[in-house]
Amino acid sequence: MTLDVQDRARAELTGTAAADPAAVPALDVQGVTVTYPNGHTAMRYGTFSLGAGTICGLVGVNGSGKSTLFRAIMGFVTPQDGQIRVFGAPVADAMRANRIAYVPQSENVDWNFPVLVKDVVMMGRYGRMGMMRIPRAIDRHVVQQSLERVGMEAYRNRQIGELSGGQKKRVFLARALAQEAEVILLDEPFTGVDVKTEGAIIDLLMALRDGGHVMLVSTHNLGSVPDFCDQVVLVKGTVIASGPTKTTFTETNLAHAFGGVLRQFRLGGRDLHDDDDARGVTVLTDDERPVVFYGADGSREMPRHRQDEEAAEPDADARSQVEAADAPDAAEKAGKRDG
Amino acid sequence: MAELLVPFQYDFMIKAMWVSSLVGAVCGFLSCYLMLKGWSLMGDALAHAIVPGVAVAYLFKLPYAVGAFFAGLLAALGMAFIRQQSKLNVDAVIGLVFTTFFAAGMLLVSLYPAAINVQTIVLGNILAISDWDALQVVIITAVSLAVLLLIWRDLIAVFFDEDHAASVGLPVTRLKVIFFTLLSACTVAALQTVGALLVIAMVVTPGATAYLLVDRFERLILIAVGLGAGTSFVGAYISYFLDGATGGVIVTLQTLIFLAAFIFAPKHGLLARRRAIKTTVLADGRDASASPAASP
Amino acid sequence: MMSWISEPLSYPFMQQALLIAVLVGTVCAVLSCYLILKGWSLMGDAVSHAVLPGIVIAFLVGAPLAVGAFIAGLFCAVATGYLKENSRIKEDTVMGVVFSGMFAFGIVLFVKVETDQHLNHILFGNLLGVSQAELIELAVTAIAVIAIVLVKRRDLMLYCFDPEHAQAINLPVRSLHYGLLILLSLTIVASIKAVGIILVVAMLIAPGAIGYLVTDRFDKMMAVAVASAITSSVAGTILSFHIGGATGPTIILVQASLFMVAFVFGQRRTSPIALDRKAAQRPSLR
Repeated sequence: MTLDVQDRARAELTGTAAADPAAVPALDVQGVTVTYPNGHTAMRYGTFSLGAGTICGLVGVNGSGKSTLFRAIMGFVTPQDGQIRVFGAPVADAMRANRIAYVPQSENVDWNFPVLVKDVVMMGRYGRMGMMRIPRAIDRHVVQQSLERVGMEAYRNRQIGELSGGQKKRVFLARALAQEAEVILLDEPFTGVDVKTEGAIIDLLMALRDGGHVMLVSTHNLGSVPDFCDQVVLVKGTVIASGPTKTTFTETNLAHAFGGVLRQFRLGGRDLHDDDDARGVTVLTDDERPVVFYGADGSREMPRHRQDEEAAEPDADARSQVEAADAPDAAEKAGKRDG
Repeated sequence: MAELLVPFQYDFMIKAMWVSSLVGAVCGFLSCYLMLKGWSLMGDALAHAIVPGVAVAYLFKLPYAVGAFFAGLLAALGMAFIRQQSKLNVDAVIGLVFTTFFAAGMLLVSLYPAAINVQTIVLGNILAISDWDALQVVIITAVSLAVLLLIWRDLIAVFFDEDHAASVGLPVTRLKVIFFTLLSACTVAALQTVGALLVIAMVVTPGATAYLLVDRFERLILIAVGLGAGTSFVGAYISYFLDGATGGVIVTLQTLIFLAAFIFAPKHGLLARRRAIKTTVLADGRDASASPAASP
Repeated sequence: MMSWISEPLSYPFMQQALLIAVLVGTVCAVLSCYLILKGWSLMGDAVSHAVLPGIVIAFLVGAPLAVGAFIAGLFCAVATGYLKENSRIKEDTVMGVVFSGMFAFGIVLFVKVETDQHLNHILFGNLLGVSQAELIELAVTAIAVIAIVLVKRRDLMLYCFDPEHAQAINLPVRSLHYGLLILLSLTIVASIKAVGIILVVAMLIAPGAIGYLVTDRFDKMMAVAVASAITSSVAGTILSFHIGGATGPTIILVQASLFMVAFVFGQRRTSPIALDRKAAQRPSLR
């Protein structure tokens, strides 16, 4: 009996129960246009499509329409034009069937809320529970499993505010896992997270991909995109490019998407080496992790090795902590200036 | 000794004590959410804003709850509208609307002093509550309690992380509307026990006290409901000997318990915090003296 | 039309009421500009409720009522700050707990202690029942508060707008904070006799809100606030005479109508940038 439940839960978690992936795209966005009541069109004729078992990076500057796309896919806003289908079904049906999960940035979450880690993850099950939301054995079981998958089961009885930034993100990821959805949208999952947690999250996303899940990850952390994304969608008021990372995440496309916003260095020829090698290195950075292009045509050849990252970890860790300590202050100052 | 049991010999006292504790229980329930979201001003504002409605209802001999409900609705819509259409801060908008409504109520009272007993409205008078008003209070609180028992988990999810709650399919806007409807209903009920001026304590203090004591929502609710019901029952009882001021006694009791929790709470209390700080400072001091690197 | 205005003013008690209304309106309007900018609307509400036990205790020990009220009002503000610093409860919740607790205690005391005060007069005020001595007290307080604010208006404005910057340029931030609280308490104590505990809150919000809606500049905002407060005080007093209603509430309602006029016609256009910022601030995704 227990075994049966476990198997079923595992099957649902890894998404093996999904419909034939080849036949229908898992997520299909066709000509979506979203205009807000104040007349601002945040997304114009956005089109892209993802198959099952994909991690897709959603890349663009702030205000380029990343969150508008998310809101449209979640059904929070209704597009004026175009349509979005999840496994061939309209968004509303997919939402009702709990086929889409969402990991919001949750900037407005009050961390002093008197809820424990396991309570938070249980909230992911609400869509699958009865009217009174009384947890059944299967709910508890899935919560436990989700916590184990993100490596947070030791913290299940902690109040949510006692966790570090990276641990909070992992709990929120567990909350999305507990929903047992095939499509998972992650809004900036790497902001305020140390390099180690980022690696753990990426590993988890890859495991989910191998289980057939579809993940759409918005990020401005350009350097890590080629490490784990199979597909990339570049947005700037519309979808300006989408497709496999290798052919889409190129210098030209990025320059278009980030025109003028990114810092760009190109090192080549005499600056780089003393031979006739025509290849050069291009570094694009928004002052976080830079993206490096290597080669004559600027196409990217070597994804960074994870071992390199691990070796560089203590240093990187320290740096990201300093950044985290500085960031709220800077944000506050910026806010002040605005006000 | 026998003197202490005197209140229990009167039907009006027994009625007052039970009705008060029912109101205290529901308000305590709501206070858990209200104090977490920092919406104390909302509770205060609703309680003041319904005063003109109650005055009109008494003037025309209507059920007081009906008048209160319409005034509350009008105030809430007014606040939402002004908030949306201007750049004023939320708290300024709320303060503006509720004082205006209250002033309208006071003007009505001054125009028709005979028909409306202003003290009953602003300070409550549960000891002399009519059967008809008591029935309204019981219906309001019973229905509110039933609804709360149905949706309390959903409300936690919505107030904790609205975006996520929407993503698992909870009807966020509808739940918020229900919550504020319940809140106005309960301020209408609490008007009878503690009066418009002290409703804010009923919908804030029990939750704040419980929040000093525990870290889980289930227990938070249990404690807040217990505190609300208990203080209301005892407060009504004590007010027999004071010959009135039921609301004052109830809220004074609640505040005293809050202060006790503030000082003595096991984890979040003042003494516990002092102790925690002291131990950390001591430990740090020991570390500093132990490690040679720390001293230049 | 002329007689409609001049008739009520031929009575000495109406002249005095008008004078008091204008005094209270002006001093409240000046302070309201700062409260609006600082987001302290609830603070006015809290302090005004909290004075009740002070009044009763002052009566018990034979001290001037105004002194007791003033101490109680300040105590509420300081206690709120202390409880906030030493617990994890949100500031406005703490404030709600403190002022309602003090008010409740005041009510209990009031019922137990025989005083010569009418509870109704403390709660709702009585513009027509102010004695000569109280009028002088009110006038002195009002003029002193207005004078202090006018002298310190730039410092106070900077403090309300950006306390950190005020601290950075070496302004005495703590003194400004408590100074503003003291001015607020003084104003409330002086005004309660005339307009009562609850309606003084309205006078501490509405004029500043009107000024904030119609202009961008702080000096203009204060001028508009004072002008609207004086207008509504005069109009409200005269109107209340004719309809036979209480004066305080009538003034508040006239003020509210002025606010509606400013809200509908006087709002300066919000720039698109401000709109965007407002949208960005909205907490929810929807």
